[in-house]
Amino acid sequence: MKISPERVAEIAKLARLELDEDKLSLFAGQFESILNYMETLNELDTSDVEPLYSPVMHSTVLRDDVAAKTAERDAVLSNAPQTDGQFFVVPKIV
Amino acid sequence: MSDLYTKSLSEIRTRLLAREVSAEEAVSSCLARIDATEPKIQALLNLQREEALATAKAMDAAGPDADKPLWGVPVTVKDVLCTKDVTTTCGSKILGNFKPFYDAYAVRKLKEAGAVIIGKTNMDEFAMGSSTENSAFHPTRNPWDLSRVPGGSSGGSAASVAASQAFGSLGTDTGGSIRQPASLCGCVGMKPTYGRVSRYGMVAYGSSLDQIGPMTRTVEDNARMLQVIAGHDPKDSTCSERAVPDYLAALGRDSLKGVRIGLPAEFWGKGLDPEVEAACASALNQLKDLGAEPVEVSLPHSPYAIAVYYIVAMAEASSNLARFDGVRYGYRDADADELLDIYVKSRSKGFGDEVQRRIMLGTYVLSSGYYDAYYRKAAQVRRRIREDYEKALSQCDVLCGPASPVSAWKVGELTDDPLKMYLMDIYTISLNLAGLPGLSLPVGLGKDSGMPLGLQLLGKAFDEATIYSVAHALEKVTPSIGTPAGL
Repeated sequence: MKISPERVAEIAKLARLELDEDKLSLFAGQFESILNYMETLNELDTSDVEPLYSPVMHSTVLRDDVAAKTAERDAVLSNAPQTDGQFFVVPKIV
Repeated sequence: MSDLYTKSLSEIRTRLLAREVSAEEAVSSCLARIDATEPKIQALLNLQREEALATAKAMDAAGPDADKPLWGVPVTVKDVLCTKDVTTTCGSKILGNFKPFYDAYAVRKLKEAGAVIIGKTNMDEFAMGSSTENSAFHPTRNPWDLSRVPGGSSGGSAASVAASQAFGSLGTDTGGSIRQPASLCGCVGMKPTYGRVSRYGMVAYGSSLDQIGPMTRTVEDNARMLQVIAGHDPKDSTCSERAVPDYLAALGRDSLKGVRIGLPAEFWGKGLDPEVEAACASALNQLKDLGAEPVEVSLPHSPYAIAVYYIVAMAEASSNLARFDGVRYGYRDADADELLDIYVKSRSKGFGDEVQRRIMLGTYVLSSGYYDAYYRKAAQVRRRIREDYEKALSQCDVLCGPASPVSAWKVGELTDDPLKMYLMDIYTISLNLAGLPGLSLPVGLGKDSGMPLGLQLLGKAFDEATIYSVAHALEKVTPSIGTPAGL
């Protein structure tokens, strides 16, 4: 499969990343070899196989739905790049 | 007492409880060792010198507590695990200033057991890598040869333990990141069954693959640490409610009579370095001498494991790492002036190349039109891989093979070829897809390289006890590899 720098730029946009021209070309070549390697899976007929998305072999453990305070506001905000002391602050959107 | 750092975790524990050694002396010994070795190996991302000494002094004042299985024992922790009020970077600039307000479950269990956390260990950024060269801060060197890598992504933990900076360390294993660096640095590394140890407070990479596990210098030490961190945690819904067995009780046996050792044909053939094959074959002969019975088995889908792994891991990584947006924590780019710009600029400048590569590949394989061809297909082959393991393990008690196809390679040797680097995980990766436990232990030094080589023992789900039992019996008859020559 051929992966162009333009295609890499489209994927980067979806992933909320931006890359310079050199990086787009470098990644295009690397993506091509990695994805070609992954194509080896097409050697296998898996039409009747149920996908395995998680190795968990037990049913989900549920707890009672009881509200509890797990963290203080100051602690939650303590790592934010910008706050007003009550909320996370981002640039004006509208 | 200056050589206290050379002792095993089990021995220092005994001496601490008998008051032959104070917690302060144990911590001071490790700190002195860190001062002597850290400039060469750079295994740590931060050091809690004053905090660790203060904790140790307070513990000494209160006196030893026999109910705390790691009372006074200095340990290090991979920087992927949240530590309250201590920087947790995950080896990334995007979390360069992140100080969690809570402890990861495994960290909390260590503290409750009386362990003293003296530092956080270096790692490949977001645990993505096989050499600890992908850390955003600095690469770590192998204590056995400073020109070589320690393996990855728990290379900082492996180097820290191998250099005797601490008596044990916690690592994480998504595709072999405990077992492979343990092999390359001459340590014992256990990747427990998926669900045996809570992942609460671990910065997620591939959520269906990640497991936390201990890295130590002996099998017994390893069992002691797993005993502490294993168990149910209601905060992780994938964590099992099964009771934790007594791992130390499994260590007593001298004979392996009646134990069947499965030898997967795919692990013992093409692509294996001759010195690795020789060391592992020699260990296998020792297992036979102990009475174990070898059984030929097959894992026919293992050649597809790397392709499956990287599709699954990258898909999960692209989703997990979407949370790093410069809004609630982590790096925010100062030049961004609108919301989308904050996301894009903060992520582009905060993540390194390997992380960006995996996020984008994950985005690609999950995108419309490609989901079925890549992600669903990989999940289907993943089931086949687990079925292979179930069949093989129905014929034996543990599987046995090399942990890495080669000994530690030179720093920079593989950094320009990501695919070649990915192939270094060929013997470890399939186990994570199946969610089963595996341990790597040192079985000798390479005839040509002079570097440590590891043997891997893989077991049935939640049967870590049998793995420890076989590993301990083998360890007792295996000559010590000695101490790292590079220091």
